[in-house]
Amino acid sequence: MIEFKNINKSFGDNVVLTDVSHVVQTGMCNLIIGTSGSGKTVLQKCLVGLFEPDSGEIIYDGVSFTEMTDDNRKELRQQIGMLFQGSALFDSMTVEQNVMFPLDMFSKMNSSEKQKRVNEVLARVNLEDANKKFPAEISGGMKKRVGIARAIVLNPKFLFCDEPNSGLDPQTSMVIDKLIYDITKEFNMTTVINTHDMNSVMEIGENILYMFEGKKEWTGNNEEIIFSKNERLNAFIFASKFLQDAKDMRMLEAKGIISDDRDMEEMLNSGEEIK
Amino acid sequence: MEFFTHFGRYLIMLRGMFTKPENTRMYWKEFMHQCNDIGIGSLGIVSIISVFIGAVSAVQTAYQLVSPLIPQTTIAQIVRDTVILEFAPTLVCIVLAGVIGSKIASELGNMRVSEQIDALEIMGINTKAYLIMPKIAAALLTIPLLVIISMVLGIWGGRLAGTASNILSTDTFDRGLLQNFIPYNVTFALIKSYTFAFIISSIPAYYGYYVKGGALEIGRSSTKSVVVSCIMLLFADYVLTQILLNPAA
Repeated sequence: MIEFKNINKSFGDNVVLTDVSHVVQTGMCNLIIGTSGSGKTVLQKCLVGLFEPDSGEIIYDGVSFTEMTDDNRKELRQQIGMLFQGSALFDSMTVEQNVMFPLDMFSKMNSSEKQKRVNEVLARVNLEDANKKFPAEISGGMKKRVGIARAIVLNPKFLFCDEPNSGLDPQTSMVIDKLIYDITKEFNMTTVINTHDMNSVMEIGENILYMFEGKKEWTGNNEEIIFSKNERLNAFIFASKFLQDAKDMRMLEAKGIISDDRDMEEMLNSGEEIK
Repeated sequence: MEFFTHFGRYLIMLRGMFTKPENTRMYWKEFMHQCNDIGIGSLGIVSIISVFIGAVSAVQTAYQLVSPLIPQTTIAQIVRDTVILEFAPTLVCIVLAGVIGSKIASELGNMRVSEQIDALEIMGINTKAYLIMPKIAAALLTIPLLVIISMVLGIWGGRLAGTASNILSTDTFDRGLLQNFIPYNVTFALIKSYTFAFIISSIPAYYGYYVKGGALEIGRSSTKSVVVSCIMLLFADYVLTQILLNPAA
């Protein structure tokens, strides 16, 4: 579990985060959502220690991260895996070397054990045939999967993903989402995902923090988001007419006004406006 | 004021390099990789420049020494001393500032912009120690060796040009080389090369490590790092010469 309390962060006169508090749950996909510039990446970078918050406290499993010494932070970071927006793979290394790098640096395994572990995690992300390829030779979706494999190779307790679906087609996005969700459940990890992808929110959003202009605006899960009356959240999530209609349908279904596809078809044929 | 900000951050960066390595074997691997990149990678250009510098200095010296009273062996002495004192350490290091400096700045800059440095930080790796220290250490090891190679090739180039253009015979050149030789000149050249090696590796590392923005900024920081390195190198050249070679001092 990660708890953060009253996080504030500014860059010069630019206030990015104001009094953000939330609890990130273990074994769940915790989403931080918001429009571009709402402060979600800065918040995530504060959580992993890449930025130092101006004030506030971050607590990892009951231990204050903000008060840790550099050495203790180093130890904790070996329990953290992170998938970056651009994957951040090392250009000069092959897929296999990228995934093996954390093992080379921190594990005491011999080379055959390391190779076995690398093959295991690459198989887990469905990338058995790309071992010898360089990042420049693989697709965006494959890069993300290599990034996930590298992030989980040391069996971390905490997984952070910064916009894992950016630049991917909807189908590949869903594959990545499912992979992150399955890994979270399989290894009981605390997963924090930054996203503004509607599909991700609805598919894997078990604990959602919605940020607006650097402030906590709404929290809930993917079921509650349907019934939320928060106008900013609705404008953000259900931005298009299509999504708004989908939301309305889902609400009618939940209220028992429509029960199956036939009811929906009848309603559409009758020309009745959905309210 | 901006100068002090940069200088302060530069010192903090250097201080940050000195921590216990997370894995000595991986640091050694990176050091050897950098030795190969910086040393072997620059050998070709250093060899070509050195031979031509020696050759040109032999021909030009002969062109200026028209008096029959000056023995021909003087040409070899002048070639030897200019190559050892100035051409090999300074000129070669200015070229290396461009070759190695831009490589270091753009490599680190690209790693910063593409979040590779952040990825290493998240893993718990001290990126200053892992990325910058091996580069500076490799430069300190290989650049003085390149300067020694440059001295030998420069003098050999002068000898080659001298005989090829019938200025002086190889025997005369060899005799001149041994006359009035001051071994301290080599020591002085090596002191300069160590200083320059530190300048042309640490300054580009600083500009690359702290780059912000995208591809344009990487290019700018790379160019700036080469310019600043060259200026600092020439400044250090003057200071070292004043301190170590000034007969009045």
